[in-house]
Amino acid sequence: MSISKQVNAIAFAAVSLVAFSGAAAARDQIRIVGSSTVYPFTTAVAEQFGKAGGKTPIVESTGTGGGMKIFCEGVGVDKADATNASRRMKKSEYELCAKNGVTEIIELKVGIDGLTIAQAKGAKPVVMTRTQVFQALAEQVPDKDGKLIPNPYQKWSDINASLPDVKIEVLGPPPTSGTRDSFHELFMEKGAEGIESLKALKKADAKAFEAVWKSIRKDGAFVEAGENDNVIVQKLEGNKNAFGIFGYSFLEENTSKLAGVSVEGIEPNYENISSGKYKGARDLYVYVKKQHVGVIDGLDKFVAEYVSDKAMGEDGYLTSKGLVALPKEEAEKVRAAALALSPVDGALLN
Amino acid sequence: MTDLTVTSVPSRSVQFDSAEMTARVKRRYRSERRFKALGGGALLLTAVFVLAVLLDIAFKGLPAFTQHYLVLDVPVKAEIVDPKGARNPDDLRSADYFAVMREALTAAVPGIEGRVAKKKLTGLLSSGAGNDLRDRIAADPSLIGTTVKVPLLLSDGADLYLKGQQTAVSTIPGRGTATPSDTKGDITILASANDFADDLVAVKKTLAARIEDLQVRLQRAEARGESQASEAASLKEEIVALAARVDQPAVAENLDEKMPSLLVSINGGLVKLNTISNDSATGTVILPLNTIDEARPLDWSVVTYAKPESNRKTSDIEVAYLEKLKADGNVESRFNTIFFTHGDSREAEQAGILGSLVGSVLMLIVTLSLALPFGVLAAVYLEEFAPKNKFTNLIEININNLAAVPSIVFGLLGLAVFLNFFGLPRSAPLVGGLVLALMVLPTIIIAARASMKAVPPSIKEAALGVGASHQQAIFHHVLPLATPGIMTGTIIGMAHALGETAPLLMIGMLAFIVDVPQGLTDPATALPAQIYIWSDLPEQAFEAKTAAAIMVLLGVLLLMNGMAIWLRSKFERRW
Repeated sequence: MSISKQVNAIAFAAVSLVAFSGAAAARDQIRIVGSSTVYPFTTAVAEQFGKAGGKTPIVESTGTGGGMKIFCEGVGVDKADATNASRRMKKSEYELCAKNGVTEIIELKVGIDGLTIAQAKGAKPVVMTRTQVFQALAEQVPDKDGKLIPNPYQKWSDINASLPDVKIEVLGPPPTSGTRDSFHELFMEKGAEGIESLKALKKADAKAFEAVWKSIRKDGAFVEAGENDNVIVQKLEGNKNAFGIFGYSFLEENTSKLAGVSVEGIEPNYENISSGKYKGARDLYVYVKKQHVGVIDGLDKFVAEYVSDKAMGEDGYLTSKGLVALPKEEAEKVRAAALALSPVDGALLN
Repeated sequence: MTDLTVTSVPSRSVQFDSAEMTARVKRRYRSERRFKALGGGALLLTAVFVLAVLLDIAFKGLPAFTQHYLVLDVPVKAEIVDPKGARNPDDLRSADYFAVMREALTAAVPGIEGRVAKKKLTGLLSSGAGNDLRDRIAADPSLIGTTVKVPLLLSDGADLYLKGQQTAVSTIPGRGTATPSDTKGDITILASANDFADDLVAVKKTLAARIEDLQVRLQRAEARGESQASEAASLKEEIVALAARVDQPAVAENLDEKMPSLLVSINGGLVKLNTISNDSATGTVILPLNTIDEARPLDWSVVTYAKPESNRKTSDIEVAYLEKLKADGNVESRFNTIFFTHGDSREAEQAGILGSLVGSVLMLIVTLSLALPFGVLAAVYLEEFAPKNKFTNLIEININNLAAVPSIVFGLLGLAVFLNFFGLPRSAPLVGGLVLALMVLPTIIIAARASMKAVPPSIKEAALGVGASHQQAIFHHVLPLATPGIMTGTIIGMAHALGETAPLLMIGMLAFIVDVPQGLTDPATALPAQIYIWSDLPEQAFEAKTAAAIMVLLGVLLLMNGMAIWLRSKFERRW
């Protein structure tokens, strides 16, 4: 009867559907993976590239580490062409790439992202040092004699009388995020180096020192708010006493709601981040497989679009998306290297 | 068998009106009422939460369904649109339509000079402002050389401002006469009455508040002692200087971007004030004045943008331009068709959900065409034909367990099997559909078995009794009667699949894809993935887009669940 015939027909159709969609043939669309921090910028370039006549590249948001893994899988039309990274490629990742045949990698330093600590507007302005940030958030801090003890500070004013008399409460990204890595390196490590006893520890036992700045307290003072920076922004609006950690572009977009915390007396704004005065800034990268240039249509043109003045220059469209442009000379250097398609030297990575 | 001997129950005369009995009955009723109240309360609480969520989403999302346009008369000049004059369709398509729009806008706001001001003016337009005209010219080249009324898409910033989420604008008419010194550039305005006195008082108040802030910082600096001595000293100086300004109420005051912005609208132009005293002000002309004649009382006014310029995204100049265009009747709010007809974009005003919606539909087609036949056939075999032994028991347990496996695991499986082993393309709806099919398969099998069990055995037995084979009995009689239940289970499984993001993350469907997918192997994203991506972008306009996309997703889910209910009530038979 009809039902059994129908069922048979559907089943057959389904099976043949799977069978006939064979492996991907040659590809004319660039594929990019990687950091969610660089995603808003790479997508903007991708869109412009598409409007200029190319096929709009596909940009996936996989996180810096995940992107590196996919990027380093190998060379071929079914492999990604480029990856976004909110930190420099690690030596181990470079070696993984090399092992899988990805030997020539073009490194584009595309701009700077300020890592900002912010709070809701309306609270009194706060100035912090990185050492104070470390003292507020590290799991273990040295006591008067330099011995490591579990973090005793409950209020900001316990650390220094100049800080507000409220409970320490900081919302930040989870460990899977590249932003979190940068926070550890830019704030916690540098902050720890500002304490004499830890400086001595660094000389004596680098591993132990690393363990100190890499561990964040787990007693509720630091709240992991998820990968989504907008969530942190929303939570700050509701909680005037809390501080949040996120990229500068979110601060710039929400100037009506948030105020940045000055670090070492320097306010987080465009000029200070671009000039390098503000200490909590990191470089953003895009890595491209040189071996794919010429195989995948338009990859070299895409690189040229990314490093062009109208994209990553001071008045480029990426700055209106929240990217802080590189200083002029450095941008020139990056541009020259990118246009020459010169690969990065693995020995320079660490 | 045991014989039940009737043991002598101590006879208890039941007195229904005894005090003990009434108390017990009361207690039982009380307990019931308590249970009902708790249940009702729980329902109410849930309803409140659901309502709060829905209202929040609707409140945030509704603005995204409208979009502001500038409606202008645009002269379509042949030298820009078709420089070669050949009316070649390709040339017409690739012409610079944004330049046409720029000219029309500059004509609508005349007298703007200076590169920065002009850039601000054209910045109000979306980079896709020319798309509409492009389509019309391509369809009808005879429009070249004429003047066409075209809606110009505004940028997300301008759109947000016009939706009223930035600053309050208030206008106070002048009491005396006012005389501007020039029609453009930096000018002085003299007022015959003390028209700026109130504003001056407000400015001094802001300064007083600023002193308080500085004092807090001074205290902190002093608490830190020696190391901050120089900072403390400079703070002290600043406080003294500010205090001196506050103490002299009549002295002119400078305005800055951290105070509410003051402007004067006079003689058809607009001046942004930089300094004010009680009866005069200096400022920069934003929109040029017609004359330098004296303006009579009530013919000019002081305009205040309540929110300080540093606290909003739209600058004073942009607000002034937009207010002028609005006053001239050129701004129009329309239904946002772009949202439903375009794929993703990094420009909020050009971003749409069509790409992800099509992606979701394609995926569901694959899922349905795989999961439904396999699920139903598996259920039929397991329920009716398979021998009941340890092996089938094991399979059954595994199917039930599979229904509880976290969906991300299916994503990992898809990555390992479909992408790495079979070499299917990344980000393809085909792979997404395959993964989701695996995910909903157990749901469908369980639902199909349950609804087949619910068909009375007499139906099957009657069929067997008149000589039907076992297979005929199942396929001709049991299965048709079980169909409504199977359909319900399938639709709910599909709705579940539609809302999944986690497995899609692993197979590359969480991506920026502009083009609307045309086939099963084209790169695509899905509705929930699109929502996730938008929610993570810094631009404020995407907040509304996110909520609007959620509304669309909820709408589709509601539709599917509604269909399930309708199917069940229409075809269900009760015995």
